[in-house]
Amino acid sequence: MTSATDTISAQAGPAFDAGAAVSNGEVRDFVALLKPRVMSLVIFTALVGMLVSHAAANPVIAAASLLMIAVGAGASGCLNMWWDADIDAVMSRTRTRPIPAGRITPDEALSFGTALSVGSVLALGLIANWLAAALLAFTIAFYVVVYSMGLKRWTDQNIVIGGLAGALPPVVADAAVSGSVGLPSLVLCALIFLWTPPHFWALALVKSGDYAKAGIPMMPNVRGPDATRTQILAYTLVLVPFGLLPVWLGFGGLVYAAVSALSGLGMIALAAQVYRVRTGDQAARAAMQLFGFSVLYLFLLFAALLAEHGLGLFRPVPGLA
Amino acid sequence: MGSPAPRPPQLSEADQKRRRARSVAIALALGFMVLLFYVVTIAKLGPQVLNRPL
Repeated sequence: MTSATDTISAQAGPAFDAGAAVSNGEVRDFVALLKPRVMSLVIFTALVGMLVSHAAANPVIAAASLLMIAVGAGASGCLNMWWDADIDAVMSRTRTRPIPAGRITPDEALSFGTALSVGSVLALGLIANWLAAALLAFTIAFYVVVYSMGLKRWTDQNIVIGGLAGALPPVVADAAVSGSVGLPSLVLCALIFLWTPPHFWALALVKSGDYAKAGIPMMPNVRGPDATRTQILAYTLVLVPFGLLPVWLGFGGLVYAAVSALSGLGMIALAAQVYRVRTGDQAARAAMQLFGFSVLYLFLLFAALLAEHGLGLFRPVPGLA
Repeated sequence: MGSPAPRPPQLSEADQKRRRARSVAIALALGFMVLLFYVVTIAKLGPQVLNRPL
């Protein structure tokens, strides 16, 4: 054989003979498989889930649990990239990911994701408790098996139902520190669940060509942009009042009430703009504005709870205490 | 006799560098896990572990 086949180059992994295959991946490629930005969001929402539960947990156990929840989330992201590599290769937003770019082989991603999934669940069980571990296992399985392998390519409700996986980290975190699941973390879960459709559909309105090319039945591709705009507005009109529920339940104070009300008005205004402006560059701009602001909205709500429960800024809303 | 054993692949300098970086990352992760489990164990035992009759 020639020296070219003996020397491992930077080609895609599957092109090599299995016996001679050596990984081409750099450390940063393996880190990218874990979707670090999603992991940071999971850490943030899980931390707030821990704080609102007010369980008397050892800070070391809480921090280690948070780390395992983040690793579990990263592992599910890795397995999602393994399964969706064919889709990622045809979408402009994702074609530079490690697997479609040929820097990591699918087998490597599968092994890496499986090892981290099993490891994070077992470690969380040993560090915190087995209820939290079971919830983390359910979250990973739901994201990979139910969403990635099932819903994503099958129904326009993919991100609605699949959104549960992204909404569960506060519940897992609550279970890790308290050993049970309380109403506050369930409300936070429902909040993220309701936030997911307007957030992703705003992006899907702009990227519908990409999704069509990949054959993913996103709402704008299946029901059309107009129906999607109606759904975005409807979900937002449910989401924003729901965002005030922590105030009525007593774990959202004055700061949270103000942040939730003001940013909620912003969400409604931008969703109404998406509903109203339907053609041209302005329509795409309106959708991207809503997409960007929805990230800020969720961040602000959770940051307000973090400030109230983590930094001692909680002041009950008069008349509701 | 069976077929000869496959020759190990000849790694380029860049491949060797990447493999070393991966090995260091795995070592650091394993070291961190050992430390994490040690600290968690001490935290779970609590201060009462030192309170025993001599």
